[in-house]
Amino acid sequence: MHIFKHTNIDFLRWRVHALVVSWAIIIAGIAALASKGIPRGVEFAGGTVVIEQFDQVPSVQQVRAALDRNYPGGGQYSVVQSYGDPAQRQLMIRVPQVGGESGSSLSGVADQVEDALRKGGLGNFHRQGTEIVGPTVGRELTSKALLATGLSLFGILLYLAFRFQFSFGVGAVVATIHDLLITLAFLSFFRYDLTLNVIAAILTMTGYSTNDTIVIFDRIRENMRSMRRDSLRDIINASVNQTLSRTVITSGTALLTALALFFFGGEVLHGFAFTMVVGIITGTYSSVFIAAAIVSFWRGSAPTRAAAHAPATTATAPQQPQRKTTKPQRKARAS
Amino acid sequence: MSNIRWKIITILVVFVVFAALGVYPLVAARYGIHSPGFLMDKQLKLGLDLKGGVHLVLRVETDDALKGETDIEMERLREELQNRKITVANVSAISPTQFRVDGVPPAQDAEFRQAATEVQTNFDRGSNVNGSYTFTMKPNIAINLRDEAVVQARQTIERRVNELGVTEPSIAQQGNDQILVQLPGVTEVEKAKSIIGSPGKLELKIVEGGPSATKEALLVNGQVPDGMEIVPGASGTPGDTGTVYYMVKRAAAVTGRALRTARPSLDQNNLPAVSFTLNTEGGRRFGKVSSENIGRQLAIILDGRVQSSPVLQGKITTDGQIFGSFTQEETQNLSLILRSGSLPARMTYLEERTIGPSLGADSIRSGVISSIVGLLLVVSFMLIYYKLSGVNAVVALIFNLIILLGLMAYIGAVMTLPGIAGFVLTMGIGVDSNVLIFERIKEELEAQRGVRASINAGFSRVFWTLVDTHVSAGISCAFLFQFGTGPIRGFAVTLFIGLLSNLFTSIFVSKTLFEMALSNRQQVATLSI
Repeated sequence: MHIFKHTNIDFLRWRVHALVVSWAIIIAGIAALASKGIPRGVEFAGGTVVIEQFDQVPSVQQVRAALDRNYPGGGQYSVVQSYGDPAQRQLMIRVPQVGGESGSSLSGVADQVEDALRKGGLGNFHRQGTEIVGPTVGRELTSKALLATGLSLFGILLYLAFRFQFSFGVGAVVATIHDLLITLAFLSFFRYDLTLNVIAAILTMTGYSTNDTIVIFDRIRENMRSMRRDSLRDIINASVNQTLSRTVITSGTALLTALALFFFGGEVLHGFAFTMVVGIITGTYSSVFIAAAIVSFWRGSAPTRAAAHAPATTATAPQQPQRKTTKPQRKARAS
Repeated sequence: MSNIRWKIITILVVFVVFAALGVYPLVAARYGIHSPGFLMDKQLKLGLDLKGGVHLVLRVETDDALKGETDIEMERLREELQNRKITVANVSAISPTQFRVDGVPPAQDAEFRQAATEVQTNFDRGSNVNGSYTFTMKPNIAINLRDEAVVQARQTIERRVNELGVTEPSIAQQGNDQILVQLPGVTEVEKAKSIIGSPGKLELKIVEGGPSATKEALLVNGQVPDGMEIVPGASGTPGDTGTVYYMVKRAAAVTGRALRTARPSLDQNNLPAVSFTLNTEGGRRFGKVSSENIGRQLAIILDGRVQSSPVLQGKITTDGQIFGSFTQEETQNLSLILRSGSLPARMTYLEERTIGPSLGADSIRSGVISSIVGLLLVVSFMLIYYKLSGVNAVVALIFNLIILLGLMAYIGAVMTLPGIAGFVLTMGIGVDSNVLIFERIKEELEAQRGVRASINAGFSRVFWTLVDTHVSAGISCAFLFQFGTGPIRGFAVTLFIGLLSNLFTSIFVSKTLFEMALSNRQQVATLSI
């Protein structure tokens, strides 16, 4: 069975279009970020989250009204959402305040919220969980998250520069940054809270999106040796086409599992799964349309004769014996 | 072909070992099968987010420890100056690590410097500015004190948590000055928090003035006399809840460090109290102080507040009692806190998370459902698309998951909800290696090469691609691990181990399966792929 059989799509022809589409989404994302921002989860913003299970679930308005009347901070900046399966009758209530940082208790606010609900006559409820984060934690986390993302990109750049060539490292990292920006844009469009789990998904995605890119780069490197007479453009197109079914199948299976998480993983993993779904789609798109295009922009579309002997010879040594035998077929098919 | 036989044996051994480590204990525990303890001990642990419990992050206010040290050094210098009859205008702390001496008489400047050099080994002395000197704690001393304070705080919290009887608690330092406390299964959050965060500083001091209703009434010439301090406390009269003030010596006669043990008891009115026993050294000092001060009041100060101030009736050595208006539960908690020692600094709660047991159970349920759905989707796709070779990929995938579970159990990693997500993603991303290999084999087959040659070429050509993809994914895992706490670390660990076991299964296991399938046939013309 084949998804794609001997495709011969001129991907590089679309590189300008692809860049325009990507930039359009990214700029829209930046605009959305600038105007509305990404809602920050409690880990980053600080605040108090209480999850209550009710005998009779009140409406969001009822809860807000109860907070307005009886909670010292009012319901103005609170977030009230149903939590998990509706059959569980659970509500998540989040208020921006935290109790006094020092001293033995942060959970005063949680008690105040419960008091307000009780006075609002919302029936019986039981506390299922709380999450209380002081204001300093978020600042630290933000800088740590940025640092971790930056370092992991830098690590990948170094590794690829070592295994391939610098231009390939740049291509992969630019493609990954592209994926990051697109994912952030979608998080902002769909108003998902930026939580620790989402950051974890974003970091995973940086690793994942380079995977696809590496597979294509590997093929480009291989073809650079067997297709010496062809232009870089032809080599890149041939390589993307040859790996196309693999790229689509893997993204497909990864997407299937991410969707399973999205639909069945429960409330906590919702943002995580959403980020993964977006990340997998944009990661696939960027490895096909962006990464290789960056390499060709970087090196110009000159014939690769000069560049072909540049790939790190030490690293590819184990593959060489086989390569000789298949060279003629490979060349014939790719051109 | 004995080569293949050995490969199969290796694979089976790996399978049995990891299944025994990772899967069997979970199944045995679920269905109550009696099993040897060494297997059950290694059972995969569930994180707090799945098991339910309390997760706390505290910051140790290390400035407190420095301030204490600076106070002691100031006191020592002051005594030394008194001994040498050098009169200065003022000695005062200006920051946690600095204090200043004003008004050193010019005539005694040299002698002052000499005294200071002898006493102040931990401080750097600034130069003389109009008779004032600034002393600054040496940077390495300050760093050591901060580190010590955090370590001490962690140890104290460990002792307290152990006394609370929590099973499998986790107490770890995080960053420079933070302590992460995880208490699985604990539901009494408030009690746990008040016990963990309470300073537990016990001091016994002779009362020099008061009790008095206001601070001002105790002042001499409008200020607190040298070496004295004013401490608030309960009046001690039954029914009176107001605060009164005592003036006591700054230096304590005996502190909680000299405690041997503390236990709940009853006072002479049969009200709950805490009895304590001092060690020999503390007993000797307390005996001396109490016999010298018969008829005077002794302030028993807990965390900067006078709990009671009994009149000393006679010489007391090692045994004493703290009474006041305690409930029985309070005396139990207080005894526990005193026994485990005081915290070297104040603690600030930065983060607090409680997960009720039913929330945890929900998470497990949705984790398991999404794992099964993900597995079914991937398996059916592979079987439909790659037919018989898909079976190969599915076997490799299941192997991968079993090795993943077994390794996690073996290294004592913790399964968290994001960890389950990592588990699910490992299935989706893990078949990537198989897809990569299979697609390559297909290409080789199309190029009219034999089945065996195509399979060999498929595996060997893709090998370095696999290494590259796994290393780069590993790099992002490593940074994820370093960035995250708790659940996120669980996720990073799961993904990382998944990468490792995936390399093994997709290359070694999968190839051996092909060899096995082909070894019985002499002429192979077709491959179901």
